[in-house]
Amino acid sequence: MSLFLIAALPFLGALFPALLIRAGRNASASSAALASGLAFVGLMLHAPAILRGETVQVGIDWLPVLGLHANFFLDGLGFLFATMILGIGLLIILYARFYLSRQDPMGQFYTYLLLFQGAMVGIVLSDNILLLLVFWELTSLSSFLLIGYWKHLPEGRQGARMALTVTGMGGLAMIGGMLILGNIAGSYDISVILQHKDAIQSSDLYLPALILILIGAFTKSAQFPFHFWLPHAMAAPTPVSAYLHSATMVKAGLFLMARLWPVLAGTPEWFYIVTTTGLITMVIGAVIALFKDDLKALLAFSTVSHLGLITMLLGFGTKAAAIGAVFHIINHATFKAALFMTAGIVDHEAHTRDIKRLGGLRHLMPVTFVIATVAALSMAGIPPLNGFLSKEMMLEEASHTYWLQNPYVVPALACFAAAFSAAYSFRYIAHVFLGPKRDDYPAKPHDPGFGMWASPALLVTLVVLIGLFSAKMVGPLVDAAAGAVTQSHPHAHLKLWHGVTPALYMSGIAVGGGVLLLALHAGLERIWTALPRPEAKVIFDRLTGALTERSAAITARLHDGSLTRYALIMVTFTLVISLFAYGTGTIGAPTRDLQDVGLLPLVGWICLIVATACIVLFHRQRFIALILIGIIGLIVSLAFNFLSAPDLALTQISVEVVTIILMLLALNFLPKQTPAESPVPARMRDGAISILCGLGVGGLIYALMLRDFAVPSISEFHLANAYKGGGGTNVVNVILVDFRGFDTFGEIIVLGIAALVIFALTEAVLSTRVRAYLLNREPDMPQAGDSHPGLMVVVTRMMMPVALMVAAYIFFRGHNLPGGGFIAGLIAAIAVIMQYMASGFGWATERQRIPYHGIIGSGVLIAAATGLGAWFSGQPFLTSAFGYVHLPPLEEFELATAALFDLGVFLAVVGAVMLALESLSRFAWQPGIPTEHAMDINPARDTAAQDPKEA
Amino acid sequence: MELLVASAVGLLTAAGIYLILRRRTFPVILGTSLLSYAVNVFLFATGRLITNAPPILNKYADVPYTDPLPQALVLTAIVISFGMTAVVVMVALGAYLSAKSDRINMDETASADGEDA
Repeated sequence: MSLFLIAALPFLGALFPALLIRAGRNASASSAALASGLAFVGLMLHAPAILRGETVQVGIDWLPVLGLHANFFLDGLGFLFATMILGIGLLIILYARFYLSRQDPMGQFYTYLLLFQGAMVGIVLSDNILLLLVFWELTSLSSFLLIGYWKHLPEGRQGARMALTVTGMGGLAMIGGMLILGNIAGSYDISVILQHKDAIQSSDLYLPALILILIGAFTKSAQFPFHFWLPHAMAAPTPVSAYLHSATMVKAGLFLMARLWPVLAGTPEWFYIVTTTGLITMVIGAVIALFKDDLKALLAFSTVSHLGLITMLLGFGTKAAAIGAVFHIINHATFKAALFMTAGIVDHEAHTRDIKRLGGLRHLMPVTFVIATVAALSMAGIPPLNGFLSKEMMLEEASHTYWLQNPYVVPALACFAAAFSAAYSFRYIAHVFLGPKRDDYPAKPHDPGFGMWASPALLVTLVVLIGLFSAKMVGPLVDAAAGAVTQSHPHAHLKLWHGVTPALYMSGIAVGGGVLLLALHAGLERIWTALPRPEAKVIFDRLTGALTERSAAITARLHDGSLTRYALIMVTFTLVISLFAYGTGTIGAPTRDLQDVGLLPLVGWICLIVATACIVLFHRQRFIALILIGIIGLIVSLAFNFLSAPDLALTQISVEVVTIILMLLALNFLPKQTPAESPVPARMRDGAISILCGLGVGGLIYALMLRDFAVPSISEFHLANAYKGGGGTNVVNVILVDFRGFDTFGEIIVLGIAALVIFALTEAVLSTRVRAYLLNREPDMPQAGDSHPGLMVVVTRMMMPVALMVAAYIFFRGHNLPGGGFIAGLIAAIAVIMQYMASGFGWATERQRIPYHGIIGSGVLIAAATGLGAWFSGQPFLTSAFGYVHLPPLEEFELATAALFDLGVFLAVVGAVMLALESLSRFAWQPGIPTEHAMDINPARDTAAQDPKEA
Repeated sequence: MELLVASAVGLLTAAGIYLILRRRTFPVILGTSLLSYAVNVFLFATGRLITNAPPILNKYADVPYTDPLPQALVLTAIVISFGMTAVVVMVALGAYLSAKSDRINMDETASADGEDA
């Protein structure tokens, strides 16, 4: 099965449980199990090749420019982790089916679980660190959903938030580290990076990259001082804890360290950071675990401790230690998942996880007792169980590791932690299952049904089998995984009896110490409770609380709601960086001559200058300002026309018309004057800033116009190919509908969205009490005696066909002469607006057949369909085609797909302009008041009025 | 000629920015309109100024053409700036009708709007 499919199956499967929950809980659980199971089978098909030491690779380029490839590869390490993730995932799916109660939304649970599973499988199969990062963040997100699954519990929500914060921050650090690493190696592909050990370790950036990556790994794997989130994540349902904290999420950090072990390990920095962190975590976790009364908290801290152990082994940097780490990853997954499940069973049956309220359960729950005992003894490191083997390997490696030339620190602390580990494992058995039977359990405990203990039973079977027949059971797997970690072909000597070694002594001391610690537990606990301890959650809450408060205060100061201030800051900042650029840049001598000024441009220039100056002076008189804006728009269009841009002139002048109408419509309701309210100094300041900006912009364009292009312009290409390739002689139009058709396509969509926004805003505003205000509003200016003068009605209606004809003409000639869809659309819109203005909104609305939304939509669809049409001839989107047709008696004419595209543009522009103006007009419309029109006079009406009987 | 265009662009920019820094919606809308003109003409002028050389290909003679690329750019910019103006006008109108004030700054609306509301 392709690795793509293996990675995708959990994600695809995630769709089904949430949907199938309507068909029942079994259907939901089965669909989840089916997806996991298929992926597991697919993975196992690769097993023979992987165990032979081969790797499987697949890949496609995703974003090659960024070095991001969707590359997957499967080697021994990835295979080991994927097996655990999918295998234990299956067992968890079975267990959760019976664990979750009827009130729990099971469909959601399995969907989240499969999302998480997919993200984990993605991590372990990724051959690209950017891809790995994507999956890494996905595990943070999906584990957030899982940990906070019981949304009604505040602990669940807080634990989920804490886990997300800590692992998310670690993920951020790791992104930085990974980018540095990829930069050093020159590739983001892991299989390439692994070949560059020397380059990476000799780089100056090795240490920063190492620290950042390790922060990511340590936060994920709950290493000191980031270990505090893991116990709080125990608020999740037990299946989640069993899955996340035995085999998957917390192992992701270990996986990453193992994955990058070949290039990162072996240096003193690696040794001291990783070993020391692992050692501290192992000791702290083990000590705290012994004093936890909550079963899951005990297991959580024991997990922290065991993760520390594996981290420490990876930190040693030797091949033997790496083998031990890989082996312990397997063993820990088996016994810890089983232990979590038994803790869940006890909780489920006895309704408490508090060790102080438990005890004597061996009589009531014999099956659970056996399972828990075997698993706990394995955790304690008792032969012949699998935990003993890997703990032995750990102690063996620790016994000859020097820490700052000191041969005793590491072995002593390892032995100390092992003793506590044995003690809390024994306590899990002794204080829960042994001892006298009690009669004050919150519920009457008994063994659960087979479905619930099947999964842990299978796991403890593995615990025993791996312990007894380690070389046969997992030897090849450990060899393959350790081979991938160390990039060599190691052979692990997995056996129970290694002779009398230092490790055996230490094991003995640890077990003996464990028994002793358990015996002294009551006394030790009194001391422990009396000692002051930092409470991680309080510190964390205080820290995040302070940060939230601080950032809220800063935001409130920066965003004080004064738009003027924002604008001022933006303008001033732009000005300052422009001044900086001006001060530091250089400019060559002018290469173009100034052109002569004719009389006409001079007159236009004077009009523009006067109008602009008057706007500034008289902007408080809003009508005058609007008229002046119209003048400026007119001069600008004339200037475009004069300077060889007929298309721009046509567009500008028609846009000008609709803009002014739009502003007039709005001004009808707005105050007609602006009060003078800014103080004089503020006006002086604004004036000075504006003048500086004006000088800068004017100077820049002046300098630009006097110089030729620094590099050859691409315009020549467009001029040369407009006719040959686009079939049109109006180059601007060909650029719009052909060369840059995709931009235009986006633009008409934006225009349509803008119109829809206006429509929606109108609906929203008019549905409030504003409507009543508008209906009762007295006009604040004297009204014209006749709002729809007959002369205007007559003229506009006669103009309508003429204007539409002009629009059609402009549209059709657009490809070859100035014109095109944009301009034609504006003209057609103006033709319709004239009717609204002359005959009234009510009259026009009655006659409007097609809604404007539909016109916008059809325009966009036509443009899209034209673009898609190119696919049928195997061309990319929006490739145009054209040909010449001769239909007698017409002249020969051209048919181009670009014209069809332009039709889409035309319709979108018409629809958008009309929808915007119609929406605004609705503010003024008072429904139910009929207007009488000169043109509506029915010749029969007067006779009818005179003699109603004849009508 | 270049001087005329450059000075016009500079003046439009200055007037636009001055109006944008006012405290009521309508002057700000006028200011953005002026700034749009300035930006459009600026972009257009990057193609350098030529008279009587529109980018309409002449099949029969080899004549000079002005730069078509800035023109295509500005054409779409003009249409989009209409869309933008329309949305801003709509927002301003809705805000005025809902709040009975056309001030754009929140703090002033809260404190000083008692007298003319």
